[in-house]
Amino acid sequence: MHVPDGVVDAPTSLAAGVAAVGAVALSLRAARAEALEARAPLTGLVAAFVFAAQMLNFPVASGTSGHLLGGLLAAVLVGPWLGSLAVTTVLVVQALLFADGGISALGVNVLNMAIVPAVLGYGLFWVARRLLPGTRRGLLAATALAAFASVVLASVAFTLEYAVGGNHAAPIGTVLTAMVGVHVLIGLGEAAITALTVGAVLSARPDLVHGAGELRRRASGHEAVAA
Amino acid sequence: MNERAALELRGVTFAYPDGHVALRGVDLTVHAGERVAILGPNGSGKTTLVLHLNGIHSPTAGTVTVEGLAVSGAELREVRRRVGLVFQDPDDQLFMPTVGQDVAFGPANLGLRGAALEARVADALERVGMADCRDRAPHHLSLGQRRRVALATVLSMHPDVLVFDEPSANLDPAARRELADLVVGLAMTTVVVTHDLLYAAELCPRSVLLDDGVVVADGPTLDILRDRELLAAHRLELPRGVALVDW
Amino acid sequence: MSGGHGHAVRAGAVPASVVSRLDAGVKVVCLVAFLFAVVATPARQVWAFGAHLGLVVLAVVLARMPFGALLRRLALEVPFVAFALALPFLGRAPFHTVLGVELSVPGLWAGWSIMAKATLGVLATAVLAWSTAVAEILVGLEELRMPASLVAIAAFMLRYLDVVAGELRRLQLARLSRADDPRWIWQGRAVAATAGSLFVRSFERGERVHQAMLARGFDGRMPVTTAPTARRWWPALAWPGAAWAVAAVAMAR
Repeated sequence: MHVPDGVVDAPTSLAAGVAAVGAVALSLRAARAEALEARAPLTGLVAAFVFAAQMLNFPVASGTSGHLLGGLLAAVLVGPWLGSLAVTTVLVVQALLFADGGISALGVNVLNMAIVPAVLGYGLFWVARRLLPGTRRGLLAATALAAFASVVLASVAFTLEYAVGGNHAAPIGTVLTAMVGVHVLIGLGEAAITALTVGAVLSARPDLVHGAGELRRRASGHEAVAA
Repeated sequence: MNERAALELRGVTFAYPDGHVALRGVDLTVHAGERVAILGPNGSGKTTLVLHLNGIHSPTAGTVTVEGLAVSGAELREVRRRVGLVFQDPDDQLFMPTVGQDVAFGPANLGLRGAALEARVADALERVGMADCRDRAPHHLSLGQRRRVALATVLSMHPDVLVFDEPSANLDPAARRELADLVVGLAMTTVVVTHDLLYAAELCPRSVLLDDGVVVADGPTLDILRDRELLAAHRLELPRGVALVDW
Repeated sequence: MSGGHGHAVRAGAVPASVVSRLDAGVKVVCLVAFLFAVVATPARQVWAFGAHLGLVVLAVVLARMPFGALLRRLALEVPFVAFALALPFLGRAPFHTVLGVELSVPGLWAGWSIMAKATLGVLATAVLAWSTAVAEILVGLEELRMPASLVAIAAFMLRYLDVVAGELRRLQLARLSRADDPRWIWQGRAVAATAGSLFVRSFERGERVHQAMLARGFDGRMPVTTAPTARRWWPALAWPGAAWAVAAVAMAR
């Protein structure tokens, strides 16, 4: 999912870069309202965690593996604004220091992996939380659903960018089918890991799960413990 | 007393946000040049107490002063220079890519740059006998070496008081002794927090026994360690077969 | 697929070279400009990619970087190699038959384009990472007007990365030494459980690390302890400039 240099052409990469800068600026403004400075250490920790979790390969099928993207996980743990900033930081550092994801493609990668999960993924999570029962089980189901959707939506976003700025060698329908097909599988892994991670954090330190809302506030009650 | 105490705690009480009360009115005075052990079982509040000595925790009630300086707001930076904390796990303390950069972290935060910074780093590493390891990565060193580097990261800030949290934990016998020799050789005001009673006896003429956030004894280390009933009442004991003689 | 992260940060000091003495902000700008030139180069002008590669080799030599360290970075490309290799089979007409297999000619060019540009991207970025201390890159980004709060998040992230990676290594060892070897997605529960305890353990260690940093006078900004570097745009900008000249010629042909 880390798009390297050369997949999307220069004008599209530049446009995605401008869009990403705008989205990050909006996130920063919203996060400042939530005392960003004081929460910078926690956000950095979540970023490091997403970074490390991306090293955790999970099996997809027959020994092939995918890894966590972590966008929705970050959003549920620290909220969508700080979450998108954490993942953006991960992507910038990965691109500059580890050559993972192209530097010219950084805008594309930030849009797909930081902004899509924070806006669309967390939006879906927010809606699902209101439709599902307000229990631990409901919270985890909403998390899994939104995590799955955020990966599939990220692959759709990539296909759109590729349709605009790719090399037009293959029919877009074919690319869409292939990308979405692969990411449905990866999305299942993402959903499982995200929900189980949030579940584990909820059991040990419910105060660290931003998306838990009122579940977090009555953390010691049996409702949060019952699973 | 006419001299100013190096450390002075008056009625220090501290409750964690979850309501757990870790310290209940601790009074403690440490004079310049003294080496004092703070003894206590696990969970007695030792580490919480240590985090008060340079203002990482602020007491819910009571006061902490360092050489007459209140540990609070405006004076915090100076207090953190004066009181050097050596954490229990060197991995919590060492994080820069090289030993030299790590030792430079504290003085650089104090605003030192260039040759003055270099001199601080060289001197601190020299004092702990780690000058050869300056360009090595901390995580490639042995635990004993890392603990000495952790001490250097604090010495480079030219502190007036050294505070160790469980300095002997997990060290092999030789590394234990080397660290003890080093600490005694520095001849600085030193607070050692430990439940390693023999180490306390080796390092500190005076001990304070802390349990459940309260000071239950304060006196010469050997007197406290010979009081088996006192130790047993607070979940502390000497290793079997060990008897203390004056040395 | 990202196994390179763990040891990708060079342990120890940055070796001195012409490139390491450059201001990090200058290097980042040069790298971005260079890669946009590479991406803008039309794929069919094969010679132009040779020229770009020559520029990367020049940077490698100037940075005194061993070629072995460079080649190890290429492993990061693997996932998108699959995408590039699939294009000749998925692409549209005209087709070219090789050994009885119909390959799309535009697909072949597209695959080549991705491989060539992505490889140049990885190699050029590796030179930056090799020749620049992490703290310097952060200062460089700050000079390039990246918001201070993002730089602070990045500083904390890098600080905690070792902590989290260390915890992860211990948890992985514990899991693997009890013979866990998942092959299918429904066997991955232990991996997910690892992630959960990883977060809680990292958070709690992170709290202690933060205290240890505060104890040494940390005030939210990483101090730069390395020698000040020269902010000289010339001749550094000649490097992406040459790449843009190549790209311009290639586009004109």
